[in-house]
Amino acid sequence: MTIHQTSLRPSSLRRPSLRRRGFLVSGAAVAGGFSLGFSTFGTAHAAEAKELNAWVVVMPDDKVVIRIARSEMGQGTLTGLSQLVAEELECDWKKVTTEYPTPGENLKRGRVWKNFSTGGSRGIRESNQYVREGGAMAREMLIAAAAAQWKVPAAECNAASSVITHKPSGKKLTYGAVAAAAAQLEPPKEVKLKDPKDWKIAGKPVKRLDTLDKVTGKQMYGIDFTMPGMLVATVRACPVIGGKLKSFDAAKVEKMPGVKKVVAIDGNAVVVVADTYWNARTALAALPTEWDIGDLGKVSSETITQMLTEGLIAPEAFVGNKVGDAKAAIDGAAKKVEAIYSFPYQHHVTMEPMNATALVTADKCEVWCGTQNGEAALAAASEAAGLPIAKCDVIKLMLGGGFGRRGRSDYVRQAVLVAKEMPGTPVKLIWSREEDMTHCQYHPITMCKLTGGLDAQGNLVGLQVRISGQSILASLLPGNLVNGMDPATFQGLMASGVEAAYGYNVPNLLIDHAMRNPHITPGFWRGVNVNQNAVYMECFMDELAQAAGQDPLAFRMKLLKPKWAAVLKAAADKAGYGKPLPAGHFHGISQVMGYGSYVAGVAEVSVSPDGHLKIHKITAATNPGHVVNPAQIERQVAGSFVYGLSAALYGEITVKDGAVEQTNFDSYNVMRMDEMPRVETVLVPTNDFWGGVGEPTIAVAAPAVLNAIAKATGKRVRNLPLMHHELKKGA
Amino acid sequence: MAVLNVNGKALNHSADPRTPLLWVLREQLALTGTKYGCGIAQCGSCTVHIDGVATRSCQVPVNSVGNRKITTIEALAANGTLTKIQKAWVELDVPQCGYCQSGMIMAATALLAAKPKPTDADIDAAMTNICRCGTYQQVREAIHAAAKA
Repeated sequence: MTIHQTSLRPSSLRRPSLRRRGFLVSGAAVAGGFSLGFSTFGTAHAAEAKELNAWVVVMPDDKVVIRIARSEMGQGTLTGLSQLVAEELECDWKKVTTEYPTPGENLKRGRVWKNFSTGGSRGIRESNQYVREGGAMAREMLIAAAAAQWKVPAAECNAASSVITHKPSGKKLTYGAVAAAAAQLEPPKEVKLKDPKDWKIAGKPVKRLDTLDKVTGKQMYGIDFTMPGMLVATVRACPVIGGKLKSFDAAKVEKMPGVKKVVAIDGNAVVVVADTYWNARTALAALPTEWDIGDLGKVSSETITQMLTEGLIAPEAFVGNKVGDAKAAIDGAAKKVEAIYSFPYQHHVTMEPMNATALVTADKCEVWCGTQNGEAALAAASEAAGLPIAKCDVIKLMLGGGFGRRGRSDYVRQAVLVAKEMPGTPVKLIWSREEDMTHCQYHPITMCKLTGGLDAQGNLVGLQVRISGQSILASLLPGNLVNGMDPATFQGLMASGVEAAYGYNVPNLLIDHAMRNPHITPGFWRGVNVNQNAVYMECFMDELAQAAGQDPLAFRMKLLKPKWAAVLKAAADKAGYGKPLPAGHFHGISQVMGYGSYVAGVAEVSVSPDGHLKIHKITAATNPGHVVNPAQIERQVAGSFVYGLSAALYGEITVKDGAVEQTNFDSYNVMRMDEMPRVETVLVPTNDFWGGVGEPTIAVAAPAVLNAIAKATGKRVRNLPLMHHELKKGA
Repeated sequence: MAVLNVNGKALNHSADPRTPLLWVLREQLALTGTKYGCGIAQCGSCTVHIDGVATRSCQVPVNSVGNRKITTIEALAANGTLTKIQKAWVELDVPQCGYCQSGMIMAATALLAAKPKPTDADIDAAMTNICRCGTYQQVREAIHAAAKA
């Protein structure tokens, strides 16, 4: 068994500290150290700890603390970013541990850690350059300090595995021995980064740094945080998003066991504060409450569908991608193919429900929580507390899942508003699963009408794609709209760019978006708009291939640009596409570019005569450019199929009387182990760019399976989730 | 005051008798390795052993436990040595966010106690815990690895 950087120790030493000094979550005041989140010891800010730069702290015993600005939520960013720093630092990987700087300290130090936001699969692809430079600069300073001590030229020294060697004499010093001197030196103005071909730590399948605490129950998540005198609150917001609180009768519950306070916040929610979560929850359930939902009560899934259906043929739409004259080409085509697809609202369902702990006094606001966006959480805390941002801070804790949900700070705002009602008393606000399920920022709802024209030889001569539905940016970030258009709506269908470009060469193409925004708040949901766009495009490609009488792979390969084609071919080759399969088994394929990476999937499924779907195997290919940790990429790819197939099979949020109908896992099902297909991952890196890994593969899961089902049954499923469809023969 | 037999110790608590065992463990006894995920015995994040049987503690009123033996994730490596299941979990780098993993490990521990060499079908039947990161493939491999250890 290999365990890096930590050892089993009594849990009493690993409980969170309540005291925060300086800026980082850990401190040296508690004997033996303590941990917040994943930080395994709290000595990084002790006097003997030497900060070489924002990213690297070296201890006298050679331990290395690497600072990570992005949030760990399971995707492995702590480990991957540490690998990149450690690679350039030339340190002993076994001596590496990590910690989070706070967003408040980031602001105080001129945003030295840059972006904290953890979403869009950006962790490594956006920060690889500056974190590697941090490691390389620290290495050069350590070498320079050793050379100065030896009074030799630095050029005669090298560094490896946390040891500096003077090559001519063979003298050696460890990093810990020269860290104090190195910390006094000016950093080099420029550093040369290694060629990835020479990587020894990065690019390798090293183990995660955060596993041990997660198998012993010691890992602390936001919901586990506690401090002396802390009270626990739980909230019920208006069941109709956008509705208001009309009245509540606090007197009915104020005498219930443990209840300390009943408060209204933001004019749309009631909160019970008690000694424990269970007492708060019990009292909240008994609290009489009336809501004002106005006309929103008339909205249902049916009215939303009507709104989107109208958008499919509306004359006005934002144009996202246009080549030639699609309408004329289709009108003149030998064969016309048309289909309408739909994609429902979906919920992230992080395993850990939303929560945050806040402590507000007259001149200070502190928040402890899991967040994907520490700086946004800090801004939300400052606004809710009514205190300048310099008097606030957010201490990030491990996330029990993020998937985009914890990029929003609504729960942070609520926790601070409640804590503000009880100055000096820390309050942990925990959402029930039911509150979490009904007050999300959901995967947006859209529909899509696709029309294709084929010539007499079965070549695609024109394609029109009309998306109708909800814009995330219009709701959450209206400042990012471009002349009213939401460019992110076209993820995976964009004309160009390194982010999410469309891979097919179609001579006449029109992709546009009729924006229709129901009141149900949309949000960023792992994979975001690539998910539905891949279902629309990749399923319709199979429909076009079928109409052309061609194999779906051959049909695509004629149209795909090289990088898109290469990854699809890699998946197809590995899966044995086109070769005989067991009786009753069928392959379906799909590909997409998203988050800077190229991905493809092959699903092998069977459908029994009584309609039982079995997904036997998935073969997935990924070209993320540079590979930082192949083992973690495999896990992200396999996990992406669980996430994507959960959504394809079961994911659907419906609306009745203006409110979300699903409340818990009994009404919002997800995939469990018995339905999980074996996933084989093929990495085909071209080592010429930096792509993301956490999200793109989700998008190929549903279309690959839907295409295989169509082959197995002859039925083309165009509306998700699959659970509504009878796949039985003759049905 | 009432007494619970947890991880080999008699521990006092003052919770209302109808409080779910989950919240007594978490809020009264500071055993936060057992997680709240759904509260309706669907997700398995709160799985503990009661007299060796994997049980979803969110649906167990504390006054129904009596003096039966409760085991939580914190007890598995209490002597400083990981169990063979925990070792397999580390060896195969199973957890991602990790929130569901206490429950997964408690369920897997009960499975191996009952069936030392489980088949894939046994694993499917016993491991109904939800993981949203999607660690199922690694969980299955780790159970097989632990069975061979």
